[in-house]
Amino acid sequence: MARDTAAAESRPKRPPPWHDPAVRAVVFQILFVAAIVALGAFLVHNTLLNLRRQNIATGFGFLEREAAFEIGESLIPYSPADSYAAAFLVGLTNTLYVAALGIVLATILGALMGLARLSGNWLIRKLAQIYVEIFRNIPLALQLFFWWGVLRWSAPAPGRAWQPLPDVFVSNRGIVFPMPEAHAVHSWLLLALLAGIAAACGLARWARQRQARTGQIFPSGWFGLALIVGLPLAAFVAGGAPLRFEVPALRGFNFVGGGVFSPEFAALLVGLVIYTGAFIAEIVRAGILAVSAGQSEAAMALGLTPWQRMRLILLPQALRVIIPPMTSQYLNLTKNSSLAVIIGFPDLVSIANTTINQTGQAIEGIAMIMAVYLAISLSISLSMNLYNRAVALVER
Amino acid sequence: MIGTGLRAFFALAIAIGFGFVGPAQAGATFDKVKQAGTLVCGVNPGLAGFGQPDNQGNYKGLDIDVCKAIAAALFGDPGKVKYVPLTAQQRFTALQSGEIDILSRNTTWTLQRDTELGLNFGPVVYYDGQGFIAPKKLNVKSAKELNGATICVQPGTTTELNLADYFRANKMTFKPLVIEKLDEVVAAYFSGRCDVYTTDRSGLASTRIARAQNPDDHVILPEVISKEPLAPVVRQGDDQWNDVVRWVVYALIEAEEVGITAKNIDEKLKSEDPGIKRMLGVTPGTGKSLGLDDKWAYNAIKAVGNYGEIFERHVGKDSPLKLDRGINALWTQGGLMYAVPIR
Repeated sequence: MARDTAAAESRPKRPPPWHDPAVRAVVFQILFVAAIVALGAFLVHNTLLNLRRQNIATGFGFLEREAAFEIGESLIPYSPADSYAAAFLVGLTNTLYVAALGIVLATILGALMGLARLSGNWLIRKLAQIYVEIFRNIPLALQLFFWWGVLRWSAPAPGRAWQPLPDVFVSNRGIVFPMPEAHAVHSWLLLALLAGIAAACGLARWARQRQARTGQIFPSGWFGLALIVGLPLAAFVAGGAPLRFEVPALRGFNFVGGGVFSPEFAALLVGLVIYTGAFIAEIVRAGILAVSAGQSEAAMALGLTPWQRMRLILLPQALRVIIPPMTSQYLNLTKNSSLAVIIGFPDLVSIANTTINQTGQAIEGIAMIMAVYLAISLSISLSMNLYNRAVALVER
Repeated sequence: MIGTGLRAFFALAIAIGFGFVGPAQAGATFDKVKQAGTLVCGVNPGLAGFGQPDNQGNYKGLDIDVCKAIAAALFGDPGKVKYVPLTAQQRFTALQSGEIDILSRNTTWTLQRDTELGLNFGPVVYYDGQGFIAPKKLNVKSAKELNGATICVQPGTTTELNLADYFRANKMTFKPLVIEKLDEVVAAYFSGRCDVYTTDRSGLASTRIARAQNPDDHVILPEVISKEPLAPVVRQGDDQWNDVVRWVVYALIEAEEVGITAKNIDEKLKSEDPGIKRMLGVTPGTGKSLGLDDKWAYNAIKAVGNYGEIFERHVGKDSPLKLDRGINALWTQGGLMYAVPIR
C-alpha cells in the first residue's frame, strides 16, 4: 500500500490539458472533423442558395417523372413511358452486367496469359509478352474505338448477315443467337443448381475432415461436380425437359427474337477484357514467381502430382500476392466501363448524362453516378478483402 | 474521362458551390461583358452553316453571326468574340456556370429549358423541324416505314425525346444508338450501324452536304416530326442583357424588312424614313434605353448584314446547304420572321 502511494507520488503530475498530448490529439481531431463538416455544409448551403437564385430546379423529384427517351439495350423491361428512376436502373444493370462478365473473362484471360508468360515454350512465352506489352500500353479509349470500328465496318448489314452456326447471325447490328424460351421449370433449375453447389460444398467439407481424421482421400472434386451438374439436369428431365428456342429472324430492318450482343456491348466487353487481362497477366506472373523455387522442389520431393503441387503448394502462396492488386484491377475494370459512353453503349453514365441534360439537374445526376460507383467499388473491395483474409497467411 | 459533360459540371459545381455572386442582379452579365471587352459565345463545334470553324480556324455560320452582331452592337467590332465550342450536353451547364455569356448553338426553345434550367431564350433565329436521313439504297420513302429501325441520335437533345414520342404515337418500335460526339454519331450512321440518323432538318442537310462521301446516296425523308425553334439563350434574371440580345436580333430582321443591307447601310443613313433614322441612330434614343451606343443597330447590320443576307450566306442559296427560306422568310413573304417595333 505504502509502495503504491510512493509510486503515485513519484509519477510526474498530470500536465494541464493544453499541454497533454492525448487531450490535444483528441481536440485537434474534433476541430478537423468540425472544419470538414462546416465546409461541406457551407458548400451544400451555398450551392442550394445559388441554384435557387438562378432559378435552377433542385431535388430528386425528377426521378419520378416520365423519362420519355428510348434506351437501345436493356436487361429489364423498359419503355419511354417509364420514369427516370427506371431508366437509371436500366443503366445500372447494364453497367453491372458488363462489369461482372468483364471481371470473369479478364481473370480467365489474365491467368492464362500470366501462365503463358512463364511457359517453357519460347513461342508461347513471347506471344504472351507481346500481348501484354501492346494492350497494357495503349489507352483504353483508343482500344474501344478500335474494336467498335472493327465490328462496325467489318460486319455486313443485317440483310447479308453471316451465319456461322444455324440460327446464329453476325451483322453490324450485333451477334444474334437463339434463346431458350422461359418456362416455369427453369426457375426450378436455378434452385437445383444452388442446392447442388451447397451439397458440393458440404461434401468437400466432410471429405476434408475425414482426410484429417483418417488420412483417406475422397475425390470430392469429381463428386461435387457431378452434384452441381447432375441435380439441375435431373430437375430438368423430371420437369419433362421443356426446351424451346426463340429463333431470331430478319424482319424489316433488323433481327427480331433471340438474344443479342450489340457491337457496342461487344466492343466494350472485348476492350475491357483484353486491356485488364494484360494487367492481370502480370499480376499472376508476379504472384507465381514470388513463391520460391524451393517450395516447388520440396513438393516434387514429397511425390505430389503436378496438379496437387499447383493446387496445394503453389497456388495458396501465390494467391496471397495476387489478390490485393487483383482487387485494384477489378475496381479499374468496373470504373473503366464508364467509357461505354463514347461508343454509345447505354451504361449508367450514358443514361445519367441523358437524364442530366433532359432535366438540367447536373448536381443530382453526378451525385447519383458517384454514389453508385462508390457502392459498386466498395462491394467489390469488401468481397475481395474477405477472400484475401481467407487465403492470407494464418500466423499462429 | 466520364463523359465530356464532367468538365462543364465541375465548372458549374465550383461556380455554384463557392460563388457568392449569382447573376441575379440585373445587369451582371451586361456589365461583365462591357468590362471584359469581349463577348464569350458558346457555339457548335462543327455544324456546317450554323457554327463551324473554317480551314483557317475562324468560326462561320448563322449562329456565329448572331454573336458577331451582338459584339458589334456592344463594342462596334464584330471580332471581339471568344468562341467556346460546346457539345449538346455541355451547353447548358456552361451557360449556367457563367463560363459563357450567351449560347448561340442551334438550341431549341422549350418550356422545360426556359423554366427549370433557369434560362431565357431570345428571338428565334431559325425555325427548324426534326427529320430523318436514310441511305437511298434502303428504299425508305416515309418515316412511317421505320418500324424496328436502328436510329442514330445525339444525347441531351430535344431530338432524342421527339424521336421516342413519334414512335410511341405511331405505335412503332426502334433502337436508338446514342452518342454524344457529332463526329462519332455521324460516322456510325455512314458505316451502316444505324439505318437512319435523326436531327433537325437543317442539321441533316448540313450532314448530307458536308460529311457524306456522295450526298446523292442519301435522302432526307419528307416527315417533319417536331417544331424546333432555334434561339440564342441567356441566363434568367439578367434582364438588361436579355434585352440587348433580343433587340440586336430584331434589328437584323427589321433591317431585311426595310431593305437595309451591309452594302447600302451608309446610304440609308441619309434616309428620310423616321423608322430607319431611329433604328440606325440618326435620331438618337434607342441606344440609351438599351445602355448602348446609338449606333448599336448600325454597327450590327454593318458587320453581318441583315437577317436575309446572313441566311443566304450560311445556309441559303449562297451556301453549300442550299436550304429554302421556307418558314424562315419574312412575315411579309409568308414566313414567320417578324421583328417587333424598334422605337
